Amino acid sequence: MTKDFQTSKPIYIQIADHLSSQIVRGEMRAGEKLPSVREMAINSGVNPNTIQRTYSEMERMGIVETKRGQGTFVTENEQVLKALKIRLQADIIGVFVQNMKELGFSQEEMMDGLEQYFRREQE
Amino acid sequence: MTVKLRNVSKRYGKDFSLKNVSLTFETGKIYGLLGPNGSGKSTTLKMIAGLVYPNNGKVEVDAEEVTRKICKKVAYLTELDMFYSSFTVGNMIEFYASQFSDFDMEKAEQLLIDMKLDRAKKIKQLSKGNRGRLKLVLTLSRKSPVLLLDEPFSGLDPMVRDSIVKSLLSYINFDEQTVIIATHEIDEIEPLLDEAIVIFQGDIIGQKNVETLREEEGVSVLEWFKSTMVQMEGN
Repeated sequence: MTKDFQTSKPIYIQIADHLSSQIVRGEMRAGEKLPSVREMAINSGVNPNTIQRTYSEMERMGIVETKRGQGTFVTENEQVLKALKIRLQADIIGVFVQNMKELGFSQEEMMDGLEQYFRREQE
Repeated sequence: MTVKLRNVSKRYGKDFSLKNVSLTFETGKIYGLLGPNGSGKSTTLKMIAGLVYPNNGKVEVDAEEVTRKICKKVAYLTELDMFYSSFTVGNMIEFYASQFSDFDMEKAEQLLIDMKLDRAKKIKQLSKGNRGRLKLVLTLSRKSPVLLLDEPFSGLDPMVRDSIVKSLLSYINFDEQTVIIATHEIDEIEPLLDEAIVIFQGDIIGQKNVETLREEEGVSVLEWFKSTMVQMEGN
């Protein structure tokens, strides 16, 4: 299925972000083989050169490894995967804090709000 | 295989359809030729296909000056309806196979299945969407180094558009083929493109790599196209 992409961000990064969160969520496991560039291109309705760039970028970041003649695999390096999880967390917190600031909340108010939220959730 | 236009102009009567256009298209890339109706997109494709000759300048495919015979190397999907209505889908496939030595029957059979087209059906019984699909089957079944698609999505519903995008991605040979898509429906094809070229009143007014555009200017092709058009109309 052709996905909708945000207009302001390169498509190869959006696909890398999508794959990264699949890995962190455990939908793709350490050592698992990624779809081939062509398969990925067809599934997402995107130019294969773009997918190639996604894979290269993820390889540069150490998240995936390309084995000659075999394809591209999710890394089995646990430190890298842990770091990826923490990076995604930081990204989400960044967006959250930015949104809160725009609404005029101070740091303290955000912390209070979070605490209240969790308390309500526990009840 | 490289396609080149060097300082090409084309006039129909007094009106310029193309004004001193120079462009280069490289193997392995998908180009979008974008512009409003009447901007010169179809003329550009017809010139590469050898169906129209320039008044000035040169059109080259693989360093060979284009003549009518270039159809051996160039597959061209016209925006017009071009079928004999009494033919069946199968007749049309056989006709194409008889005309073009690079026609790949296996690929055609696979594409017919993918596109859910019935070989026995008469062309005149096909819906508009299925005629659009058949055109694409015929074009993609050729192993020609250059593929030209003129408005492949025009008038087709979203389901057909999706199936066309998927077939393009499945069947283009990126090691050997150059693909040029002329369209004014930019949203549909942006993720497919490597390069976007904007043409307006016979002038090339911009060419950008799609991902560079997003990376450096933070805009999509559609936004870039619209802002370029606004500037041009302001002048």
